[in-house]
Amino acid sequence: MIIKNKAIVSDDWTILRLSENEMPESITVPAGKVIVPLKVWQAQRAELQSRAELGVWLASDERPEELKGEVEKFNVIAVDFPKFGDGRGYSIAYNLRARLGYVGELRAIGDVLRDQLFYMQRVGFDSFAPRPDKNIHDALKGLTDFSETYQISMDQKLPLFRRVKRDEIATAGSANE
Amino acid sequence: MYKYDVYDHQIVDERVAQYRDQVRRRLSDELTEDEFRMLRLQNGLYMQIHAYMLRIAVPYGMLSSAQMRMLAHIARKYDRGYGHFTTRQNIQFNWIKLEETPDILADLASVEMHGIQTSGNCIRNITSDEYAGVAADEIVDPRPYAEILRQWSTFHPEFAYLPRKFKIAINGATEDRAAIAVHDIGLSMLKNKQGEIGFRVLVGGGTARTPIVGSEICDFLPWQHLLTYIESIMRVYNQYGRRDNMYKSRIKILVKAIGIDEFRRQVEADWADIKDGSGVLTIEELNRVAAYFTAPAYEKLPANDPSVATYKAENKAFANWLQRNVKPHKIPGYAAVLLSLKKTGIAPGDATAEQMDAVADLADRFSFGELRVTHKQNLVLADVKQSDLIRLWKEATEHGMASPNIGLLTDVICCPGADFCTLAFARSIPLAKIISERFDNLDFLHDIGDIELNISGCVNACGHNHIGNIGVIGVDKKDGGEWYQVSVGGAQGNNTAIGKIIGPSFNFQQMPEVIDRLLQVYVRERFEEEPFIDTVRRIGMAPFKEYVYATPINTEGDIDKDAYGFIDKPDNYTVQRKSRF
Repeated sequence: MIIKNKAIVSDDWTILRLSENEMPESITVPAGKVIVPLKVWQAQRAELQSRAELGVWLASDERPEELKGEVEKFNVIAVDFPKFGDGRGYSIAYNLRARLGYVGELRAIGDVLRDQLFYMQRVGFDSFAPRPDKNIHDALKGLTDFSETYQISMDQKLPLFRRVKRDEIATAGSANE
Repeated sequence: MYKYDVYDHQIVDERVAQYRDQVRRRLSDELTEDEFRMLRLQNGLYMQIHAYMLRIAVPYGMLSSAQMRMLAHIARKYDRGYGHFTTRQNIQFNWIKLEETPDILADLASVEMHGIQTSGNCIRNITSDEYAGVAADEIVDPRPYAEILRQWSTFHPEFAYLPRKFKIAINGATEDRAAIAVHDIGLSMLKNKQGEIGFRVLVGGGTARTPIVGSEICDFLPWQHLLTYIESIMRVYNQYGRRDNMYKSRIKILVKAIGIDEFRRQVEADWADIKDGSGVLTIEELNRVAAYFTAPAYEKLPANDPSVATYKAENKAFANWLQRNVKPHKIPGYAAVLLSLKKTGIAPGDATAEQMDAVADLADRFSFGELRVTHKQNLVLADVKQSDLIRLWKEATEHGMASPNIGLLTDVICCPGADFCTLAFARSIPLAKIISERFDNLDFLHDIGDIELNISGCVNACGHNHIGNIGVIGVDKKDGGEWYQVSVGGAQGNNTAIGKIIGPSFNFQQMPEVIDRLLQVYVRERFEEEPFIDTVRRIGMAPFKEYVYATPINTEGDIDKDAYGFIDKPDNYTVQRKSRF
């Protein structure tokens, strides 16, 4: 089960992770819906791109620009959080959406926990695979911790100050006069 | 000062609810300590040696009297009756129970305060000039920009899990009073030839293990671009800052590794497609926020109040206080007054609940109900009529906050040290105390004049030791004892400099004598009216080093004294250290 578009749904994608002695060039990618590591995609592009359904995942130290011009080839792109405190995945997601124009499913995988989901959805993730030992119904609650935000990100193109009429005090003056 | 609107209230209230549930899940073991740690840190809650410590944000140092009374209430109800003002203009309480922290944050929210992002690897409290809005040398009041930055950085989704903590300071006057050169980002406000307002942006300054002065990344950033430009700096840092070694993970290491020119190139490349986007600040929003920082209802007064001069002539104590603790104001007949939290024998920056209440009353009666916390750990009443100075001085004296020592040797900047902090190698508060006691002679202190003594208990340098004229830092030695390294020549402000270490470290009891010898060299070598730092710059470190190490320093004396008397130390005191944070 994963969280997708704010609901808990079943999921039939398999994430392929290489063990230490497996090489991106030689690993056999199983049939079916597989999310492959970026390096496997790059090493086996010729064979993999003919697949009807394919996903790719980025490690936190990999660059989203490596997928420049290719993002539309994937049904899902995932970003791995090796530890929840490793925040590189947030900027990777932002860049995939804002700079590479990716509009498909963007999934957070790895050490994905309830208390980070709100931030993750803001930077462009729309699906989440919470860590298996955690209760996914509990994790879902993390998406609604806040009902308002100050700054722009992928979910909100206008900052609060452009979006709403905020209170002013009566004696409003001008700062730059 | 800024007042929350419905949105600010909602966001902070929802934070309290989120945190309350996180504490509940921790107490029921749904969250492991490892998972909870980063969550509590982003609400200012540290685990220290004896108890939890809660750090509360004082945005750019501004406090209302109502907020100060709430801090007094928290000190009484949840702590041991006092709090500690920090070098980042915040306040922290040292004896907190985890179970009570949600209620504390709810109490704080009722007066528009919080502990959001006062710790953790995120953007911390924005600090600024304690004389903002009243200083005669002010170019632009930085507070509206600081508030706009506070809101922008609050729960920024992309930058909550940075490689390391991130500190921004902003100064709007000719003189830098916010130590901008030793911050991750230092903003200096200025006007260009056309009179347009902008920022000179420094990046990659800092103290700690790698003390370094920030590099200029932009010489004039028009104010409209403040948020997007910082967003791009943050994005480059978030992606490329080191995460493999926490001592090399601050932005200064990245800037140093790739060079400021390459760093600038990356920032500008990121900025290119957002610089004219919806994140650009609007004049409407700037004006809305700035309206909260307009001048209070000043009276028209003569430039000088004659009562002050008369009383000054007859009362030496008042004259001393006037000389050190009262600063000029841009409005005739007004002054800014520093309330010293550096009384000898008291931990620097500490205030009791009674003092907090008293200060709130003084603010209501003498300074439009507002206060500021300084990064040198004192308090400021920024808008005092000169005709009120005598009454104010008498009352501040009664409450132990009129020590005429601002900028003097006993105005020590000091971190909590090993009495509280799990990171510290050595105690700093008791050290500040024995040094202050050794030199507790006003005539001597005034003769020595302007000097900054900064003490940190470890390499994290929370006491800003690197930029102290005399810097003292607790160092790690294998014997587990308390050892201090001493530097001279550091400075903050417009001529920021990193001090140079004079030589091998000293033990606790040797330190007052070390300071004394440094001062003896200064007194011997100084020209008339020359401050300590200028003498150091003129003659260099060598004469100081030579004299301090010329003869052995006696190490007699008892060391089992603690700042509060709460901890009984064994004769052979070794620093207690637990796991980090």
